[in-house]
Amino acid sequence: MIIKIDISALKESKWQDYAIRFVFGGLVTVATGIIAKKAGPAAAGLFLAFPAIFPASVTLVQREAAERKARKGLRGEERGKDAAADYSAGAALGSLALLLFAAWGWSFLPSYPAPLVLVSALVVWMIASGALWFGWKRFRWRR
Amino acid sequence: MSELIPRFFIGGSVVSLFAVMGGILKPTSFAGLFGAAPSVAIATLGLAVAKEGNSYAGVECRSMVGGAAALFLFSVAACHLILHFRIRAWIASLISLGLWAGAAFVLFHLLN
Repeated sequence: MIIKIDISALKESKWQDYAIRFVFGGLVTVATGIIAKKAGPAAAGLFLAFPAIFPASVTLVQREAAERKARKGLRGEERGKDAAADYSAGAALGSLALLLFAAWGWSFLPSYPAPLVLVSALVVWMIASGALWFGWKRFRWRR
Repeated sequence: MSELIPRFFIGGSVVSLFAVMGGILKPTSFAGLFGAAPSVAIATLGLAVAKEGNSYAGVECRSMVGGAAALFLFSVAACHLILHFRIRAWIASLISLGLWAGAAFVLFHLLN
């Protein structure tokens, strides 16, 4: 259960992969602003939890895992799908932590300074997602 | 129009930052946490607070609770489609997006 930072993984991705996520993230943020103007903040709020990163990232994870296997002369397709499933499981845990982030903002934004609330909400997300991941790993290992 | 361009660049930058952080972390399941990072939320709430104030952003957060619950269903569905039905990741994402939209719609009406 060791968490590692692997900077060399950045070299495995093509610049187009980063560009896609930049453009998609920008478009979702713009769309949220337009929805807020036309339909109000309640409707726009749903899209704050739109899966903006997930589709491009999970596709990239599948591709890179498959390519790593293929470089060793092995069939990588199944390994790629296993890696993508792992990524999706992590995203499910992250989304539960995102629920806490949203609830924190809902509770405290009306009464406290926004920078304090947003930063603390981000910290809540980080702690909650990490704790959920560690708990899930432990539960999986025990099974 | 004038606010859309900075909104595009701020949103794109924050989303990219979280995506890069997810890209350098191992194992894969831990990196997956960043697939549900509050990237769009941070960018949008910051802009909302600057333009409309805290209460407005608070309303957005209320609906975001529904969106996050829908995102959980999306992620679980994608995981199952890939793991058990061996569907490609991008196809599983597309199918699960429909689930996100449906769940978000229902939860929106429950919360508002």
